[in-house]
Amino acid sequence: MLLPILFIFFSIAVLGFALLVVTTRNMFHAALFLVGALFGVAALYILLEAEFLAVVQILIYVGAIATLIVFAIMLSRNMMRRDIRAANDQWVEGAVAAVLLFALLVLVLSRASWPTVTAAAPPDAIPGIGKALVSDYVIPFEVASVLLLVGMVGAIIIARERE
Amino acid sequence: MLSKYGFIGILAVVAFGFPVLGLVVAWLLSPKKPNPIKQSTYECGVETIGDTWVQFRAQYYLFALVFVVFDIETVFLYPWAVAYGQLGLFALVEAALFVLILFAGLVYAWRKGALEWQ
Amino acid sequence: MVIPLAWYLIVAAALFCIGLYGALARRNAIGILMGIELMLNAVNINLVAFWRYVRPQMLTGQLFAIFVMTVAAAEVAVGLALVIAIYRSRDTVNVEEIDLLRG
Repeated sequence: MLLPILFIFFSIAVLGFALLVVTTRNMFHAALFLVGALFGVAALYILLEAEFLAVVQILIYVGAIATLIVFAIMLSRNMMRRDIRAANDQWVEGAVAAVLLFALLVLVLSRASWPTVTAAAPPDAIPGIGKALVSDYVIPFEVASVLLLVGMVGAIIIARERE
Repeated sequence: MLSKYGFIGILAVVAFGFPVLGLVVAWLLSPKKPNPIKQSTYECGVETIGDTWVQFRAQYYLFALVFVVFDIETVFLYPWAVAYGQLGLFALVEAALFVLILFAGLVYAWRKGALEWQ
Repeated sequence: MVIPLAWYLIVAAALFCIGLYGALARRNAIGILMGIELMLNAVNINLVAFWRYVRPQMLTGQLFAIFVMTVAAAEVAVGLALVIAIYRSRDTVNVEEIDLLRG
């Protein structure tokens, strides 16, 4: 009975942190709450027995993406003033759209039946992922490196201080 | 398999609880007689000037950017390296191509001076 | 498996909707990007949950999640570079004031 308790604990943590991310006024605090939400998602991956993915989540999201976001916030000083409003003029419409979409998704999920199996997860997914990356998924693998190259070059051109 | 993570959970609880316990005990036991000098940021040191929320240089962002790209390269190369014994020469060529494409990005960043502190 | 698949899907749906609210309602461009990150995480939870419950022998779900994370990193890198460039030239990151293309 421990697993459902852990699941509910981490789910509430993820959703609570996510709510703080979208409502906090101070962007720097929002970035820290985002880190909390991302750690919670990593814990959900461990509950799903996708351990490699949990480590990848912490490496890429917490280690890399959250770092980039924190750096970008520190680079633009204006947005850290705490007296400005956090939400724009369309926040009511946005909230209504989000709630309606959630209601629709819950309606669909409650009616659908999924072809679930009870097979155990493979004990070690990492060699399988390695093999798939250079056989079935070799094109996405190489395209990912091209995408990262283009992203890096583009971001350097855009963000560089001009002399 | 999940039970192994119990140890990480215990470690996390202890790691969070230990400093909190120390702070709470110190807060409970310490005498509280504040005065303006004790309350200042540096009790013995230079007064800070200006706001703590200063603007940082865009150079930091470029370093973080290069770090992110090679962080993701690690994520892709790790499962490849674990499975390396079961893979052939073709897999080596594919991974070498992957690394070379990203190396071109590093060369570009280097040539553009993004890695130099101005 | 003690936890039903639907629980994961509902948590992912809630996370997606919170991210959607963030992307729609934030004034700050970086806040919008954070909302998009939450939505991408919700999609990843779905992919991994379906991998575990429907096809645990195939690694497609995990591989897709890794590629989603890679694309998210590239997207954030370029998006934040744009935010920094806009901040430098216009001194704001408020999306309501960035209206150069308005006719």
